[in-house]
Amino acid sequence: MLGLNAKDARLYIIVLVMLVFAPFFLNPFPEGSGLAQFNAGYPDMMQRLVIFGLFAVGFNILFGLTGYLSFGHAAFLGVGSYAGVWMFKLLTMNVIPALIVSTIAAGLFSLLIGYISLRRSGIYFSILTLAFAQMCYSLAYSVLTPITGGETGLQLALDDPRIIGVQQTAEGNIPVPHLFGLQMNANTTLELGAWSFTFSVGYYFAAVIFALAFYFTIRLFRSPFGLMLRAVKSNQSRMSYTGLNARPYTLAAFVISGMFAGLAGGLMVSMDPLAGAERMLWTASGEVVLMTILGGVGTLIGPILGAGVITYLEAIVSTINSTILHEWFGGLPDGLENFMVNILYPFVGKGWHLTLGLVFMVVVIFLPGGIVEGGRKIFGLFSRKQKEPGDVPPNAAAQPGPGE
Amino acid sequence: MESIILQLLNGLDKGSAYALIALGLTLIFGTLGVVNFAHGALFMMGAFIAVTLNMLFGVSFEVEDPTRTDFLGNVMMVDTPYVVYWFGEDFGNWLIDWSVPISVLVAIPVMALIGVAMERGLIRFFYKRPHADQILVTFGLAIVLQEIIKAFYGANPIPTPAPEAFVGSFDVGQLLGFDPFAVMYPYWRLVYFFFAALIIGLVFAFLQFTTFGMVVRAGMADRETVGLLGIDIDKRFVTMFAIAAIVAGLAGVMYTPILSPNYHIGMDFLVLSFVVVVVGGMGSLPGAVAAGFLLGILQSFASMSWIIELIPGINQVVIYLVAIVILLTRPRGLMGRKGVMEE
Repeated sequence: MLGLNAKDARLYIIVLVMLVFAPFFLNPFPEGSGLAQFNAGYPDMMQRLVIFGLFAVGFNILFGLTGYLSFGHAAFLGVGSYAGVWMFKLLTMNVIPALIVSTIAAGLFSLLIGYISLRRSGIYFSILTLAFAQMCYSLAYSVLTPITGGETGLQLALDDPRIIGVQQTAEGNIPVPHLFGLQMNANTTLELGAWSFTFSVGYYFAAVIFALAFYFTIRLFRSPFGLMLRAVKSNQSRMSYTGLNARPYTLAAFVISGMFAGLAGGLMVSMDPLAGAERMLWTASGEVVLMTILGGVGTLIGPILGAGVITYLEAIVSTINSTILHEWFGGLPDGLENFMVNILYPFVGKGWHLTLGLVFMVVVIFLPGGIVEGGRKIFGLFSRKQKEPGDVPPNAAAQPGPGE
Repeated sequence: MESIILQLLNGLDKGSAYALIALGLTLIFGTLGVVNFAHGALFMMGAFIAVTLNMLFGVSFEVEDPTRTDFLGNVMMVDTPYVVYWFGEDFGNWLIDWSVPISVLVAIPVMALIGVAMERGLIRFFYKRPHADQILVTFGLAIVLQEIIKAFYGANPIPTPAPEAFVGSFDVGQLLGFDPFAVMYPYWRLVYFFFAALIIGLVFAFLQFTTFGMVVRAGMADRETVGLLGIDIDKRFVTMFAIAAIVAGLAGVMYTPILSPNYHIGMDFLVLSFVVVVVGGMGSLPGAVAAGFLLGILQSFASMSWIIELIPGINQVVIYLVAIVILLTRPRGLMGRKGVMEE
């Protein structure tokens, strides 16, 4: 199907189904029940899931395939968001030009940074990208304030020119990003008994973009180009002995992943037209690295899972407060209740980063392959079939080698 | 001329902090071959040891002070720190006043313990793993440590003063033969500089003049051969890690009066000190120290007002610019050897 082999086609269809029905299965608990806390089926959350999924999938094209660990990818996300907001300010509130310009701007920018950074490999490459990203962050925060809005961030204003389209709505408000008139924040709610499911235009638009990008990623992974990138990862010097220059390939991978990040940034501002410098901070780059690792580096589905888990945890764990904890353990004797609440409290709410750090450490220590590897191990326990050495699934080739 | 000397002093000061952290990082790189992203967290923990001690000394209870009454004639209550009650007015207040320098004594064993615990508990499982894994796991650890600090101390910076004796400024200009009051510089910053110089000197002396140091230097040059000579490298790794942790911790302790510590001070310094290490050359101790001072001085000169007017924003990015230029022209850094961390 679509030039994919059976296994990839199955994976792609699963992802598509997940995207289409996300409003249902992310909302498993009825409204008003005690577990409604864990529902994630609201538009904001689903958009974040998809956008960070896109960002992580793009990052994986660089890190997963070539093994170059960039610590500055958030810069491209930031450039994409700024470019997107500028399109909204200058041209039109239609999201299509904004997305195109975000992607192109991030692409050009990553071409420049990649061209310089890729002269070095290993830890030097990581430090170079980190240095560039920090530089962009500092500049966006201070000197480039006319372009980036500095501390307050870049936001829309009533007096923006907006050459095509309206400057203000009839009520005198700032117009909302739209797709040929279909407003991004429009949504309908479906009431089914105690459940209510929200379908929003913004989410489905982001999902379509994501589906296209993911299809592109699968094709790229299976292409000769993808194979070349893996060759770079496994042994670059051997590759150069065969007379191949790895640089153009790694640079192309860098630019592609930068464009993915820019597209994610563009989508981000399409949902909420505000771009800030803190999006470019190096810890933000760390977060996408984390998503990719958590899911499984070099696998197709891994980054999506990782982005999903982390975005979900961030949204859910960070809203749990001591009242909710007391509710949960209300059935226990008083002393035990307070004990449990006190133990769990530092890990939730404002302390959710602690949970994040711990999850991250546990994954790197015990499960270097991430969730995908873990799933495969569990699956292997249950399936008795002894695998033939030649019978490796295509994904296995994408696993990070032990001596990378 | 005066402003140049002032900037030079500023630079030396900033450079001292960079150099101390970078020194520890390089010790770990060079001997253990581990990229430690949690090193900034060690700096932060040092700073919070000083904060804790300062808070502990300040713990007080209320007593009646018969010499003071309010307008109704009632005897007023005053706070008396326990240390004052226990050790008497003079010594107690001296303890509170000198809490930051005293923290140095506390920080040495505590940081050594933390270092050993970190090495034995986590880092030693990562010697054979790829650098990316080391970066990631220590990055995770750094997040955990800083969140723990945040949970205990809150998110706001906690001011921790230097001893009374070091408040105020020293007339550096007069010492150098300028007019009085031309170049004034805070005492504590001078103390920090000399402290850093002392620590750096001690580390170098330790590596230069002890058998242990000789083995470590040999290990930095060629790990395998040293291992083949039958030397128990593992034991030395623990010691080296503890020393690196102590150096970072002490840098943090003494820095508290200069910059009130908050929970992300470690991350702030970490990125910069990595850049310093790379500029100095991975695995080169003199390189790390030299690059630390060099970048500190460059940064403070770049923040002079006429330079900012000339090239806006240069003060924010000069370190990264230098790092990029050096990495591209001298891939091994200023004093790096061939083959260290090159893949």
